[in-house]
Amino acid sequence: MAQEFIISAYTENHIGLLNRITIIFTRRKVNIESLTVSESAIKGVSKFTIVVKLSEEKVKKIVQQIEKLVEVLKAFYHTNDEMIYQEVALYKVPTEELTKSNQIEKLVRQHSARILEITKDYTVIEKTGHKEETQVLFEDLNQFGVLQFIRSGRIAITRSPIEKLSVFLKQRDAELESLD
Amino acid sequence: MDKATRTITGAEAVIKSLLEEGVDTVFGYPGGAIMPVYDAIYDYQNQINHILSRHEQGLIHAAQGYARVTGKAGVCFATSGPGATNLITGLTDAMMDSTPLVCITGQVASPLLGTDAFQEADVIGLTMPVTKWNYQVTNASEIPEAIAKAFHIASSGRPGPVVLDIAKDAQFQEIDFQYEKCTKVRSYVPSHNVEPESVEEAAKLINSAKKPYVLFGQGVILSGAEQELKEFVEKTGIPAAWTLLGLSALPTDHPLNVGMLGMHGNYGPNVKTNECDLLIAVGMRFDDRVTGDLSNYAKQAKVIHIEIDPAEINKIVPADVALLGDAKKVLTKLTAKVEANSHEEWLAEFRACDKVEFEKVIEKDLYPTKEKLTMGEAIRMAAEATNNDAVLVTDVGQQQMMASRYFKFSQSRSCVTSGGLGTMGFGIPAAMGAKIGQPDRHVVCIVGDGGFQMTMQELGCIAQYNIGVKIIILNNNFLGMVRQWQQLFFDRRYSFTELQNPNFVKLSEAFGIPAKRVAERDNLQGAIEEMIAHEGPYLLEVMVEKEDNVFPMVPTGASVSNILLEP
Repeated sequence: MAQEFIISAYTENHIGLLNRITIIFTRRKVNIESLTVSESAIKGVSKFTIVVKLSEEKVKKIVQQIEKLVEVLKAFYHTNDEMIYQEVALYKVPTEELTKSNQIEKLVRQHSARILEITKDYTVIEKTGHKEETQVLFEDLNQFGVLQFIRSGRIAITRSPIEKLSVFLKQRDAELESLD
Repeated sequence: MDKATRTITGAEAVIKSLLEEGVDTVFGYPGGAIMPVYDAIYDYQNQINHILSRHEQGLIHAAQGYARVTGKAGVCFATSGPGATNLITGLTDAMMDSTPLVCITGQVASPLLGTDAFQEADVIGLTMPVTKWNYQVTNASEIPEAIAKAFHIASSGRPGPVVLDIAKDAQFQEIDFQYEKCTKVRSYVPSHNVEPESVEEAAKLINSAKKPYVLFGQGVILSGAEQELKEFVEKTGIPAAWTLLGLSALPTDHPLNVGMLGMHGNYGPNVKTNECDLLIAVGMRFDDRVTGDLSNYAKQAKVIHIEIDPAEINKIVPADVALLGDAKKVLTKLTAKVEANSHEEWLAEFRACDKVEFEKVIEKDLYPTKEKLTMGEAIRMAAEATNNDAVLVTDVGQQQMMASRYFKFSQSRSCVTSGGLGTMGFGIPAAMGAKIGQPDRHVVCIVGDGGFQMTMQELGCIAQYNIGVKIIILNNNFLGMVRQWQQLFFDRRYSFTELQNPNFVKLSEAFGIPAKRVAERDNLQGAIEEMIAHEGPYLLEVMVEKEDNVFPMVPTGASVSNILLEP
């Protein structure tokens, strides 16, 4: 049964690796729902967070293939329940609508959003949350005419107390040394 | 000046790096973007043997043939653009069949990247899905390290092809050359230490199994585990069958070698898969041509999977015990833990199947009484004429299956064939590479009339370097395997499978390679012996029955139990 999974991969920060990873999905005709890549806590190591809707059996095999890539340090997958995750969304609305009534201000309060910038013409609102939450705010704001809307890919963190990347890198080093 | 710090060009650094890696043979084809490298190798001809093919597909298949018989990485040079795109088929083939290759392609000068420059192609992007690793070099200082890394990655773990795309300006740049071999890459774990608990668990299953069955693949050859496999099966008395790429890892006449798996494999090995109680898969990946219908594949058996690539574990067939690691190490540890045993009755079941197969299929193939020649008899005679000790190289199709079934082997690394990708045109160039890798052994290339014409221009290369391959064209004037399927599954509608062929003998002679055609049984053995006795390359065209079929056969989608012995 298909469900949402969060695939995380720690990789070397090398040119073309994004392509190598996405090829694995393309080849199997699997769509990527969202993708975030950025440097991790350790310099030179990137963290990929990829959201897919798949059966667990398929996601497991895809993760095996990702981990097989020479420049991938470690890959794993989790269900949504197993991780704490957020996405960020930006909304641009006409400032005129903001000043006309207090309704937009109310929405900002209700949704725990915040205003990033106000100009004569437009106001930029930011909200972090799950996709459903940022979507609801979009629909609420859209009654006043959202001029622009953008949502990021997901970022996610495990429920384990610390990110064990540096420990992992040390273990990896020992593992490679121990291979006879 | 001190050798270690002499300033040299990037191009010369390429050559010196190859020498550091012990490379003595390169298969290549020059062109604009790799000319500095060709200028550099001009001064190193006494140390590196460069083979000029006639097409880049030819050179990469030759490098594959070389790698498969020697165990060393095959090295290729090609130019940018079309030179590099012509490598794609060989790269894909090598990726599928775990063949170590280091391919060096020239690229347009770095300021021109992305400008649609003359002969520019996105080689990194194009080869990404079909390489184990690739890298673009735009600065000469990167060359030694990139080449060191390329050899480490190509040859270690589960081997595979690597592409280094070197911009032309980097080939001209001067650097202080220093070389250090690469022994580890932190993001890459080539192998795994064998888990003792898993070995114990596997040994327990093996010791208690009544009908255990070993399936071995190329992993045995790649890890050099031939002796360990032999010791394992001899101690446990377990019958062992091979995948197409596992062929020659265990001598054909070994009493526990029960034959070939797969669509055109032997009868016993296929049906017994669904009767064993324990399947021990060694260095093989359960290709669909081996398993047939997965929902009816070995469901009754426990499965032990010995495999170096973690991505293969549970990919197709779930393993009850996975032994991750190099086959040689795993088998050594496993053999120490298992009890000596024998399975005579179980083995006799295989031999009973052999008898049925011999009567229904093999006898007619190998000792035909009909007028027309069979592929099988020509293959049998070629094996006999070389005392079952030749390197066999095949193309793809009916002759490939016939040759795999009927050629005989006494030593490992003796069969070179395109397994996973099934690349027609592989045979002739791969045979060149195999002969260069094993100059003192007979190399017999079995090829069909169709596949031959895909890469026959390499006869030019064979003649130029006097590469002593013995080419047998089994000519049925058909794309035989496709025709067989059309006969069996498409109501004999022979859609575009009949060929009008050139005069292969004259063609070969035009290249300066002696050749002969034989169409009668009385002349066949003499012709084959004459070919083998000939010094240097030779082409023998054998006119075979036009519409012969390869049997047994597991039809696509059928279970291995339902293997057909006749149409």
